[in-house]
Amino acid sequence: MTQYDAIVVGAGHNGLTNAAYLARSGLKVLVVESNPWIGGAAVSRENENGWIYTNCTYVSSLLRPELFRDLELARHGLQIVPYGGGVSITSKGDILGNYTDEHVQRREFARHSPRDADAYHRYSTDVTRQCKFIRPLLLRTPPDPTSFKPRDLREMLFLGREFAKFGEQFVYDTMRFYSMSIADFLDEYFESDLIKCHLSGSGIIGSAMGVYSPGTAYVLLHHYMGDVDGSIGAWGFARGGMGAVSKAIASAYKSYGGEIITDAPVERVIVKGGRVAGVVTKNGNEYHAKIVVSNLDPRRTFTKIFDPKDLPPGIVEKANNWKIRGSSGKLNIALDGLPEFPALGKDNPLAYGDMHFLDSLEKMERAYDDWKNGTWSKEPYLDLLIPSMTDPTMAPPGKHFMSVFVQYVPPKIHGREWTDADREGFKNTVLDQIARYSPNFKSLVRHVECRTPRELEAEVGLTEGNIFQGELTMDQLLFNRPFPGYAQYRGPVKGFYMCGSGTHPGGGVMAAPGANAAREILIDLKRPGIVPEGWQDD
Amino acid sequence: MTDRNRIIVIGAGHNGLVCAAYLARAGRQVTVLEAANQVGGASVTREIAKGFRVSACAHLSYLLDAGIVRELKLASHGLKWAREGLKTVALAPAGEHLVLDGPRAVSPAVSDTDRKAYAEYHARMLKFARVLGKQHRRTPPRVLGGGRSDLVTGALLGLDIRRLGRDAMREFLRIAGINIYDVLEEKFDSPLLKGALAFDAVLGTNLGPRSNNSVLALLHRLSGQALGGTGPSLPEGGMGAVSEALAAAARAAGATIRVNSPVARITQDGDRVSGVELEDGEKLAAATVISNADPSRTLLGLLGARHLETGFVHRVRHIRAKGMAAKLHLALEAMPSIARLPSELAGERLVIAPDLGYIEHAFDAAKYGQCSPEPALEVTFPSLHDKSLAPAGKHVLSAIVQYAPFDPRASGDTARKELLDHTLAVLERAAPGLRRQVIAAELLLPADIEREFRITGGHWHH
Repeated sequence: MTQYDAIVVGAGHNGLTNAAYLARSGLKVLVVESNPWIGGAAVSRENENGWIYTNCTYVSSLLRPELFRDLELARHGLQIVPYGGGVSITSKGDILGNYTDEHVQRREFARHSPRDADAYHRYSTDVTRQCKFIRPLLLRTPPDPTSFKPRDLREMLFLGREFAKFGEQFVYDTMRFYSMSIADFLDEYFESDLIKCHLSGSGIIGSAMGVYSPGTAYVLLHHYMGDVDGSIGAWGFARGGMGAVSKAIASAYKSYGGEIITDAPVERVIVKGGRVAGVVTKNGNEYHAKIVVSNLDPRRTFTKIFDPKDLPPGIVEKANNWKIRGSSGKLNIALDGLPEFPALGKDNPLAYGDMHFLDSLEKMERAYDDWKNGTWSKEPYLDLLIPSMTDPTMAPPGKHFMSVFVQYVPPKIHGREWTDADREGFKNTVLDQIARYSPNFKSLVRHVECRTPRELEAEVGLTEGNIFQGELTMDQLLFNRPFPGYAQYRGPVKGFYMCGSGTHPGGGVMAAPGANAAREILIDLKRPGIVPEGWQDD
Repeated sequence: MTDRNRIIVIGAGHNGLVCAAYLARAGRQVTVLEAANQVGGASVTREIAKGFRVSACAHLSYLLDAGIVRELKLASHGLKWAREGLKTVALAPAGEHLVLDGPRAVSPAVSDTDRKAYAEYHARMLKFARVLGKQHRRTPPRVLGGGRSDLVTGALLGLDIRRLGRDAMREFLRIAGINIYDVLEEKFDSPLLKGALAFDAVLGTNLGPRSNNSVLALLHRLSGQALGGTGPSLPEGGMGAVSEALAAAARAAGATIRVNSPVARITQDGDRVSGVELEDGEKLAAATVISNADPSRTLLGLLGARHLETGFVHRVRHIRAKGMAAKLHLALEAMPSIARLPSELAGERLVIAPDLGYIEHAFDAAKYGQCSPEPALEVTFPSLHDKSLAPAGKHVLSAIVQYAPFDPRASGDTARKELLDHTLAVLERAAPGLRRQVIAAELLLPADIEREFRITGGHWHH
């Protein structure tokens, strides 16, 4: 039984970021983590001797550069290695590749449609403008539109001004953009089905929506607004897998004097006289603090670690209505060699990036229909990467590690729980799809870690395995995230805060929710100016 | 030099007529030019078989602005209601039908909890719809770069939302952008109730229950009622009667209406319009030309892309206007009896959408260019309220059938036949024996609606 100033429940990257800032301000901070390892979904583990699996999240782009610099993550060992390439392969063996050189990219598009090659410039200008609009909002607390407090009014005004900067047409475009489907959005620019498929993947990753579902255009933006070394939309590998992100943040946190206890699942948040007093772990240990911060998703936070009697009426209902649908799965594969993709030929640099097997938007939408009907997609959308080609620390020499993100995978099969047989069936669906494009693939497979929403929930603690801690739809974004009236990181009990990606600005390993929550806590403690706010243009 | 006072309205749809009536009242010299042989556009009554008349496109009136009815004195111009405020009856496969009557949800299959939740939901949705409805008689404000009037309308909208009160405002901002499926799943248990309520949100749209924006579509639909309207109503003589009354009001105010006068193009003199040219070559001069046609027909067809900026043309080309609702008309030998439904309820607005999954499946087929194998339906028997629509003892059925793709994979004829078969099968299940009573049947796919009513895409909201 020890007294702390603040306790953070969950050592995900946001929990650690939050804890790091609280510790840096001079508070005595404790992070309690239920798993024997830290990192939550940003974790690297050696599941096969000699192979490092980046078990859940696998690439980095959205991590806020301001936090990266401010927490000196490079000094704490984090290295983000940008990768090039990326390609969509059709069942007929045609390909569409990503190239960094604008002219080469144009020629690649023109091969499929000269008209689309012309449209690409217009498309990327429009999307980049949306990114530029949204980026300054990431490291800011959303205003409450129902409030008349000076700070909320000021922030609303700030939002309005940011909007106005881009001009009237942009405002209309934005209103349309946020309510459109990715398919309709791309239709405004492109005619080639393959080009549309190739670009639409980012609109559905992690989301329980199809390419035809209104609202998916925003999800695309959510995946585009990041950057690596200042190049917008670029993605990179964290050297050593995404666990390296958590490790570096944890190292920064410890350098400020913070403590972490692992293997310590929290049983309950202690509430006394209407305010939090600490936490009790499942093994009966009590840790006391006047501030408790939850890194867990909103559903888990209010239904699992609170006594409902301690919460105001309506909160449990809101938590149960929180949309946190599992829609993704993950296969981590140890390979004895590099698989060949005949469509790409030998040593094609495109293979360094994300690979997809696509034919048409219709096929992608049908994958979503399967999910709606309660089963994994028979023709899933895969985001396949071989990180070991770029980062040799991921596998023994000559061997490779493959990360396969799979969309769509339901949290339940026809309403019942997943069985091991289901998981085997799902795994084979994915392996079979890859093998259709790579004849020698199956012979190289040495070990497969297959994650369905069931495992993601059980091991990482993401309810239903939702990678964003909650859908990125209008009812759950900005001042609605996680609940209207609770979007400023303060929970419904005094001294209780939320810092997971279930808060603004959402998931994607940004570390922004953790930092924003720390800023609010430190405002309440009258310690301003410690957490960076807004956006610094490089 | 054209006379500044002369105005031409292209299209005698109900909006064209309303516009003409107000302008004529204000002393302008208004000519309405209609391509069809009758006024009304999509709000017309037509004969489908000898003695059988139906509202050929729109079939219920629920959004007609009460202020306009009053100001244009439509009652004195012949508008009468055969029946106001139809209840909604959601037909259940097992026969435990559900009646939605204002805030009341009555069915043996609906629990007390759901009933109570429905009353709250109904009140709240109407409150939200009122916010939207109040904007209907205001010109939408420009967000930036507008004048003072834009600021005022913008501020009024903000104020209307604020006036909801903090809790309701939060709820409004939360659900306005999402889908009806999520909202209903939060509130209700009964599949039948959820199906019926979701159907209202997707009716006439290109959306399934799980598609975002369907809540907004529902609020739009409810806005007439929210402003004090009676809900879905049947004009005497079919929807054409509304148009006839509007035309009479316009004429009484001094407007000229010419039918059978399709406009070929809007003529221009330098950078401003100078009038119109009809398809037969006749030229009419006017300082102001107003189009009641849809934006794409107006701007690309009548005005011509070459007179517009490329960016603007691009936007017009991408207006999403492909309809997904088909229209079914049946002439019936006798009134069919609907299984386990008291006959006095047969004349209400009947909905066949037994659960959320049913509608979503119907929608899924249409996404891929197929007609729904089991379509969701809004069915009315207007002749039960209005004897003028069918010979004595006989009846007409008018139904909206969802979903039908605008560009079916199969040929239009195959798709039409297929959807008619599917729809009749669904109807037969609800009203055994109905098929045998059919004297004549007409099914209009969105592409047919485009052709017959000159609505690009055949989408009833254009």
